[in-house]
Formats: sequence, C-alpha cells, structure tokens
Amino acid sequence: MDMMSDRIADRVKQMKGSGIREFFDIAQRMEDAISLGVGEPDFVTPWRIREACIFSLEKGYTSYTSNWGLLELREALSDAIYKETGVYYDPEGELLITTGVSEAADLALRAILNPGDEVILHEPSYVSYNPCTVFAGGTTVCVATGVEDEFKVRSEQIEEKITERTKALILSYPNNPTGATLSRKDLEEIADVANEHDLLVISDEVYGKLTYEGTHTCFASLNGMKEKTILLNGFSKAYAMTGWRLGYAAGNKEIIEAMMKIHQYAMMCAPITAQMAAIEALRCEDEVERMVNEYNRRRRVMVDGLNSLGLSCFEPKGAFYTFPSIKSTGLTSEEFAKRLLLEEKVVVIPGSVFGACGEGFIRCAYAVSQYEIKEALERIERFLTGIK
Amino acid sequence: MKEEIKEKQEEVEILRILEENARLSDAEIARMMGIKEDEVKAIIAELESKRIIRKYKAVINYEKSGIETVQALIDVKVSPERDTGYDSVAERISRFPEVQSVRLVSGEYDLSVLVSGKTMQEVAYFVAEKIAPLEQVRNTLTHFLLKTYKEHGEIYGEEGQGKRLAVTL
Repeated sequence: MDMMSDRIADRVKQMKGSGIREFFDIAQRMEDAISLGVGEPDFVTPWRIREACIFSLEKGYTSYTSNWGLLELREALSDAIYKETGVYYDPEGELLITTGVSEAADLALRAILNPGDEVILHEPSYVSYNPCTVFAGGTTVCVATGVEDEFKVRSEQIEEKITERTKALILSYPNNPTGATLSRKDLEEIADVANEHDLLVISDEVYGKLTYEGTHTCFASLNGMKEKTILLNGFSKAYAMTGWRLGYAAGNKEIIEAMMKIHQYAMMCAPITAQMAAIEALRCEDEVERMVNEYNRRRRVMVDGLNSLGLSCFEPKGAFYTFPSIKSTGLTSEEFAKRLLLEEKVVVIPGSVFGACGEGFIRCAYAVSQYEIKEALERIERFLTGIK
Repeated sequence: MKEEIKEKQEEVEILRILEENARLSDAEIARMMGIKEDEVKAIIAELESKRIIRKYKAVINYEKSGIETVQALIDVKVSPERDTGYDSVAERISRFPEVQSVRLVSGEYDLSVLVSGKTMQEVAYFVAEKIAPLEQVRNTLTHFLLKTYKEHGEIYGEEGQGKRLAVTL
C-alpha cells in the first residue's frame, strides 16, 4: 500500500505530536470529571457583547472586511491601547486584526524568519510558539525558567543564548502555564538586552488584563521598545471570547505590513461578526473588572488549598493558572495527571507538556467555579492520601 | 488614612461576596480575600451592627417551588404631607406584612409597592381595603406579576451554555 505518510512534508512529520494525546482523549470523554485542565474562562461572553453581535447580524453585517480588519475596530483599539499603555499605534498601518492571537503569533514568526534564524523562547510556555517557529523555518532556542525565580525569565539567561543567528525573543507574560508575571524592572532589563543586541521582541500579552498584583506593563511602552516589539493581544481571555477567534498585532509599520501580506492570502480577514462584537467589547471594561475580581478570589482559594495539601505552589500573579510542584509525591507529572484522572476524575495538565523544565509540576486552572475548586481540592486530597 | 481605605475596600469586597453567596463561611471568605478569618468576622459583625447588612435570604423561584403565591406591583399616587412628605404614608404602607417592598419613584406615580398573597382575590382585596382608602392615597393601579424572568440578578430560565473542552492548552 502507498505510504501516505511519505507525502507529508518533513518539517511537519518531524514535529512530534503531543505524547499524551491518549490521556487528553480520556479526559475529554470522561463525563463527570472536574476539569482544571481548561485554558479558557468559564464565563460566557458578556451579554452586551453577544447582543451587539446579534444586532450586527440582523443589520446584515456578513461580508468580508478590509484585510486589516474594520477601521472602526482598529480606531477603537488604538484608543484603548493608548489609554491603557500610553503607546500610540496608527490604526492605518500599525494595527492588524487577526483570527485569534494564535494567528497573530504565526504571522509574526512567518513574517520575520529566514531559514535557520533562531528565536529565543522561555519555558515552560504555551505550546504553539515552538511549532510555529519551526513551521516558519526557524529554530527555537529554549531558556528554562524555574520556580526558584518564580518562573521569571532573567535578562542574563536571554543574553547567554544570543548568537549571530538570533532574530527574535518571544515573551509571554503573564504566563501560561505558570501564572508568572514580570515587573517593570524585570522587563526593562530585558529591553536593555534587546536594544544592545538589536532583537525583535514578540510579546504575547493576551493575559495582560488578568494581572492581580501590581499592574501589567506593556513591553512596547518601555523606552525605545515600540519599534522593536511585535505586540500580540486579543479578546479571548479578558473578555471571555475564546470561541470568537479574535486577536491583533501591533508594531512597526513594515513588519505589520509584512504580516498583513501573509494574512491577506492565508486568512483574508478575521470574521466580521467577531469584529463587530469586539467593538462593543472595548466598551465593557466594567465586565472585565467583574471577571478579574472573581478570578482573583478563586486564585487565592486555589493557591491556599494546594499549599495546604502539601503541593507547594508559588503565588501566581497573573493569567488563571496555578503551577504547583508535585515532586513530593515521587511521581512524574504525567503519571500524576493520569492517576489523578483515573482514580479521582480530576483533570490537570502535566507541566512537562509546556517544556522539559515543567516536569515535576502540574497546571491547575482556576477558571472554574468556587464549587468546582472546592470539590477538586477534596478529590486531590483523597488522591494524595491514597498514594502515600 | 491608608489603613482606612484598605478597610473600606475589604468591606466592599465582603458585601460583594455575600451578595453573591451569603452561605459562605467566614473561613471561606477569608481565603477568597487573602485575609484572616477573624478580620472577616469582625467586619461582618460591624456591617451587621450598623445594619448595612439587613438580613440573609434565599432567592426562591416560587413558580418552580409549587408554593402558591401571587404578587402584584401597585403604582400608588400620593398627596405628600407638609411635614413628612411621602415618608409617613410610605412607612404606614410598609408595616403590612403583605407588602414586600415600598419604593419612592419618579414619574407618573409616587410609590411602587410590591404586594404578595395567596390568590389574586386576596391581593386585590388587600389593595382595595388597606391601601386605596388611605387618606393621602389619590389613586392606585395594580399590575399582577405573570412571570419572573430575572430576580436579584438571577436569570430564571436556564441559559444554554456551551460545554467547554476538558482540556485546552
């Protein structure tokens, strides 16, 4: 029989799939499991936003939009970014509306990488940066962060990895999966390195609004960084709009133009219904605040609960994830997650999924109800007693 | 001063949490806020003694409960009195146990009164016998409540919520 796999492109074939797909399949199918494995809000998109979208459909907004996205949205977004960060992006040329931040990250990497170019990536981190880099012909150079630094990437760690092939640095804070954040001072030190070595910085700030202690600093707002930063953000997390698939990229005109060139052929434009909804979302800061306050309460309960079960957990200051250590159990993170699922029906994500240095940790999301947190903690406690 | 602001913020946060779920224990609230249980206890005691927290109640969907009850919203037009304005008549109406709430409102009429009883007849008689004849009441208009869609921030109809995937990275 003809081997279809021979026809698959090498770079795709060589990208190893997730080794724990089987575990995920069991988790997806288990009916009465409590899942802390979610990567999205449990809130439904605020009604004001949904209602505005329905209205736009009734009015017949069903066409393509400009490749860049609706100008009205780009203008509102430019205002919102300026108000929040002090950085001004020209809605005509410096802002591109994309189909989720995922597309924006892919576009950014494809727009800047030549074969063999290196991208520095801190780990543990979200799973798509490395594959997107490789698919774009680049190579990822990983920097391991550890709990002793509260999973902050240090500027000297970045500097050590720089070679003449280094093109860009990916920064992803507040971080998925650890919930770590970087302070203004941490970011300034990284900006110094980027300046000195003339690196582009792809800064994925999709969890920026979900910052519970201190305030989020936009990397582009640092001295001299606007031109060097490809700022990625979107509506999924803060506005509870994951399924709408709407994000954006902001940055230097030539880079955004290059990203647009790929976007116009690959995607054409982001869906107009989602763009219409996003215009309304930008008027819903009260709703964001309400959700952030609730996440913050859950965060405290989760961190406190995990620590009191003996799963030591540093205090995450952003996103909606906790990243406790399970080393005291003697299990690998994958074994822990599998057994917890089968024995107590609680889904958590093994830290190793997010990079080798995530081994010994699990990701527990607190984007679930207070009731579910309580129940999950009780089940985890029972599980821990059982393996002692 | 800083201490006072912090205390005020904690008070507001406790009120918000209790408004959402009044059955949480002090310990649970303390964990949600990252403060000590004793502090929560003290703040709640203070809110209760100042009567900012009036009582703890359940939001009951009577239509589902099978308990027979009829409610009506009464628009009441009132002649205010020289000394007490609307207060004395509003307080007088408030004292009837059949009356669930009394509010002074702007617009066509003055008081909005929510009355409950076992039957429509009972509510209608109550209005005719106890509210309409009051000296200061010029006029009443009764609206029987037919269906409740939302009460105290709770939507009664089940909202069809899409199921999230158990695992997303």
